[in-house]
Amino acid sequence: MGNRTIVPFGPQHPVLPEPIHLDLVLEDETVVEAVPRIGYVHRGLEKLVEKRDFQQYTYVAERICGICSFMHGMGYCMSIESIMGAEIPDRAKFLRTIWAEFSRLHSHLMWLGLLADAFGFESLFMQSWKLREEVLDVFEETTGGRVIFSVCDIGGVRKDIKKETLEKILGVLDRMEKELTEIAGVFLNDSTVKLRTRGVGKLSKEAAFELGALGPMARASGIEMDMRTQGYAAYSQLDFKPIIDLEGDSYARTKVRLGEMFQAMDLIRQCIGKMPEGDIKVKITGSPKGEYFTRLEQPRGEVLYYVKANGTKFLDRVRVRTPTFANVPALLETLKNCSLADVPILILTIDPCISCTER
Amino acid sequence: MDGIKKSPWILHYDGTSCNGCDIEVLACLTPLYDVERFGIINTGNPKHADVFLITGSVNEQNIPVVKQLYEQMPEPKVVVAVGICATSGGIFAECYNVAGGVDKVIPVDVYVPGCAARPEAIIDGVVKGLEILGEKKKNVGKRK
Repeated sequence: MGNRTIVPFGPQHPVLPEPIHLDLVLEDETVVEAVPRIGYVHRGLEKLVEKRDFQQYTYVAERICGICSFMHGMGYCMSIESIMGAEIPDRAKFLRTIWAEFSRLHSHLMWLGLLADAFGFESLFMQSWKLREEVLDVFEETTGGRVIFSVCDIGGVRKDIKKETLEKILGVLDRMEKELTEIAGVFLNDSTVKLRTRGVGKLSKEAAFELGALGPMARASGIEMDMRTQGYAAYSQLDFKPIIDLEGDSYARTKVRLGEMFQAMDLIRQCIGKMPEGDIKVKITGSPKGEYFTRLEQPRGEVLYYVKANGTKFLDRVRVRTPTFANVPALLETLKNCSLADVPILILTIDPCISCTER
Repeated sequence: MDGIKKSPWILHYDGTSCNGCDIEVLACLTPLYDVERFGIINTGNPKHADVFLITGSVNEQNIPVVKQLYEQMPEPKVVVAVGICATSGGIFAECYNVAGGVDKVIPVDVYVPGCAARPEAIIDGVVKGLEILGEKKKNVGKRK
């Protein structure tokens, strides 16, 4: 047995823009244990519900995380709508799905770039982020914002997408698909990339299940779990299947996410094809009373929204369980017995979002 | 003497940001905005950095980290607070675990508003910061 050393990782670390601290217990170059310490990004958002009324809280929910901002807003709005028994128009459902899938696309592209950066492939990082700008341009054209665009509202959406814009989006998708195919080829076939991801951070199906892994992390280990199959928003009217892989290593997680990107493009195309006419919003009157759980699939996995309302403007409680929080035990498992040099890649393969986790 | 203005290196730290501003800071480095053409590089080492970009507000847990990073940076240095959270706490100002804007802890030279701050605004903020950096550079020797 070698000497035990503790190497601190973070909170300020070049590979991760967000602050998380890990104490890595090493034996020579091998990690035997990882002890996380969080709390750098904690703001106390759930408590803010006492100071903002339920309409205003939509803005706060959107700012739980700047990456999957739209989906947080959507989860919160869906909970309130369910409590109040409001049925939102079909067109709003389809519009929400389009924005949600674009969010997934931009989040996964961002992640691809950061992964490339973690294994030192700078030009691939630049390529992925260049492609991501196309998605942000779509956001900007349709909503006016780039990352946080506050377009989801209780009762529907705030903005409609015109027919010409929808056709333009189809053109953007065709262009992106071509470029993404090229990038995907590098991630899946390049021998140097494969050396860094193949067999690194293996998570078996049993372990993934026991540790409660979610999203692409679980799907890459062979667990077929995708909240979109529940059919919220317009997903019940779309044709898709969860993408899974059986390997459970970093390569499989990359593969699953790449598959989901092509799937997201396909889903947006389906939405545009089936887009119904009509209103985009129903009027909401009164205050909610009751409680509700919403589960929806974010780029990082399943997010859980719990809302309890007492019939006044101010809610009693909002609780959010975010996917990264659920994936941390699985991360700590994969970190065991890996080499120190692989730590950044392993942390990135769960696609951590610390600001979601700590709120 | 002007060299520092021609190639400023940036240290980025995420306070309690929601990631919105962080990804915009990173977007500045990527091909569409490409601040590297101005010689700007994002470094992870505070001792290499001239400009301290900080996103998000401060709280009890990260105040020591922010102070430490600031103190490690060599003179002259400029602090740019990116986004409304770093400026004043923004939408989270009333949260129990938010102490307020970054200026509660370290002196801030440039404030970039926005939620999230756009890359153009961030670049503009850094360019404004460079002028201040030049001024500070003149005074570095004189202080003693």
